[in-house]
Amino acid sequence: MGAEHGHTLHYHAHSLVHRLPAHLKIASALGFVLLVVATPRGATWPYAVHLLALLVAMRAARVPAAYLLKRAVVEVPFVAFALAMPFIATGPRVDVLGLSVSEPGLVAAGALLAKGTLGVLTALLLAATTEPADLLVGLARLRVPARLVEIMGFMVRYVDVVAAEWRRMSVARTSRLFDARSPRHWPVLARSLGVLFVRSYERGERVHLAMLSRGYTGSLPTLAAPAAIGPAQVLAGAALPTVAALALAGQAVLG
Amino acid sequence: MSTPVLDVRGLTYAYPDGTQALWGVDLHVHRGERVALLGPNGAGKTTFVLHLNGVLGPSSAQGEGRIEISGMPVRRDTLAEIRRRVGIVFQDPDDQLFMPTVRDDVAFGPANLGLRGAQLDERVGEALERVGMTAYASRPPHHLSFGQRRRVAVATVLAMRPEILVLDEPSSNLDPASRRELAEIVAELDVTVLMVTHDLPYALQLCERSVILSGGVIVADGPTRAVLADGELMAAHRLELPFGFDPARRH
Amino acid sequence: MHVPDGFLDATTSVATAVVAAGAIAASLRGSRRELDDRSAPLAGLVATFIFAAQMVNFPVAAGTSGHLLGGALAAVLVGPWTATLCLTVVLGVQALLFADGGLTALGTNITLMGVVGVWVGYAVVRLSLSVMPRRLSSVPVAAGLGGLLSVVAAALTFTGLFAVGGTVPVQVDTLLTGMVSVHTLIGLGEAVLTALVVGTVVGVRPDLVHVARSLRSPERLPTRPGVHS
Repeated sequence: MGAEHGHTLHYHAHSLVHRLPAHLKIASALGFVLLVVATPRGATWPYAVHLLALLVAMRAARVPAAYLLKRAVVEVPFVAFALAMPFIATGPRVDVLGLSVSEPGLVAAGALLAKGTLGVLTALLLAATTEPADLLVGLARLRVPARLVEIMGFMVRYVDVVAAEWRRMSVARTSRLFDARSPRHWPVLARSLGVLFVRSYERGERVHLAMLSRGYTGSLPTLAAPAAIGPAQVLAGAALPTVAALALAGQAVLG
Repeated sequence: MSTPVLDVRGLTYAYPDGTQALWGVDLHVHRGERVALLGPNGAGKTTFVLHLNGVLGPSSAQGEGRIEISGMPVRRDTLAEIRRRVGIVFQDPDDQLFMPTVRDDVAFGPANLGLRGAQLDERVGEALERVGMTAYASRPPHHLSFGQRRRVAVATVLAMRPEILVLDEPSSNLDPASRRELAEIVAELDVTVLMVTHDLPYALQLCERSVILSGGVIVADGPTRAVLADGELMAAHRLELPFGFDPARRH
Repeated sequence: MHVPDGFLDATTSVATAVVAAGAIAASLRGSRRELDDRSAPLAGLVATFIFAAQMVNFPVAAGTSGHLLGGALAAVLVGPWTATLCLTVVLGVQALLFADGGLTALGTNITLMGVVGVWVGYAVVRLSLSVMPRRLSSVPVAAGLGGLLSVVAAALTFTGLFAVGGTVPVQVDTLLTGMVSVHTLIGLGEAVLTALVVGTVVGVRPDLVHVARSLRSPERLPTRPGVHS
């Protein structure tokens, strides 16, 4: 391992968005999502504006929409929950396509779906345009406590270690005619999980020891001096939340 | 006699599961020496090495003994300086290399020492040159061959300007050409070396002195040629010379 | 179990965010005693494991999704203070990069899983260990029990929060019955997995298990004669 750090969510490209400093992107994404969440549930066109702004950002980042959509499947259980809401919520009922559903439930579901989808796409765009190492630097610059950033750093590194270790173990099991689909093999699978934990830990521990041996004290040295942020970059970073804020303000004025 | 670079006295250690690995190790290494630490698999060689820079030892509370590096005891409060003085090259270069490029990886240690800018570049350049990897500075480590990765691992440690270089099984998994190239690099270095290995011809080629670690203690200490030629001693500690290799003959 | 955006009203979200921030501040201080050179990567690995386990998500009736919480597992392995930090990191990354659990509900989620889940789990484990034989084999059993009750406690807390600040008009008693019954099932799964993982780790590397440390006594090691250089 050691070097397999490009995470699977990252989409390699050299766009304006990729080049933006990580802390600016995190702040921008955070601001945008907060505004999306603050958008009242009855509104319609502000959500369209939010989506349009996000699509422009995706275009500027040169990340194909199909790439993000494929990864948006994390939203599926959430969609299932939103779809169930009109049926389980109380309140006045309305008929939709011959089904009697709760009206407040329907409105809440629509708003949750819109907010959820926008949130997922924003997060995925951030992940697609930011290397994990840069993300850590960005969080540190946003004053996230060093210990949390350190744990997160190990987590980012371990995801690859654990995945590689699991692949090796499953090759070893398959080579000895193990079939994970057969229920009588499930206890083996469960115990493998404990072994995976110890093995991944020992692998990661060796990497950590090598780091300690070279004077590591808890934070990666930032080798390159932080690049100066130009006004154009600040503008680009502020664009997404600004558009969302304008949409919200417009909604408040125009109704 | 001058203060030894490495001074180990009465070192004991038991693994967390209770198995005792070190049973009272005593070892002195003086400036400029190249010493081979020989021993069969499971003799506690790597465990011993991890004590030298305080990764295992006093803080883990599972053993006793005393280690000094150029007169400085290995203690919790001296760890930072100890880890600069003791440069360990681990057995698996993939454990050692974790930065996106060779240059960043070599710079990692000196940057932790506080070096920046031109000073840092100079350190990195010098270390890469000594292992003949200057041309690969901007490559990602995982795109290099195993032998090249091990040389970069040596460079990451040399960049710290250690007082003693500890190599854990430096020749393992290397093809003959890479093995020879690494030997040439080590022979050129002007630094005290402790080489942990069971590659006996390699020990003879690079180290004038050898010690045998077996059963958790040092059981032999002398000129490499004499140690390797003592058939009875070697057999008693599961050390075997490769077929056709005769330590008495000059190679 | 991740609470999405807009599920609880603003007051409740802000209140839980304050609780979470306070808990994180206390944990940063408290974890100094638990974390050293060697346990920092362990905290990272625990976070990775819980992260992976929490990604396996399935919908639960009457709202939200269900999956492993990992609070008790983390508390057993790295101690409660560090466990809160691990869960905070996991939930933060999920909200930021995977949009799993709302950004505005992050405080609520940290309170439920990182504070209630962790501390209830830890308390149950400590209590059960105090009445069980002082042996390493007691640890996985206690851990499983902690896993079960930590999930139920988090579900109860969520229902309480919802009764105070829910935004969708669902009847509280329906929700309570649903949450408790579903989460008892989830809790049983959590118990089995927590016990198995902790059991394997205790068997191979008891030094990596925080609550097992007090069960081991360091002794003076014997020496053998060797040659002196």
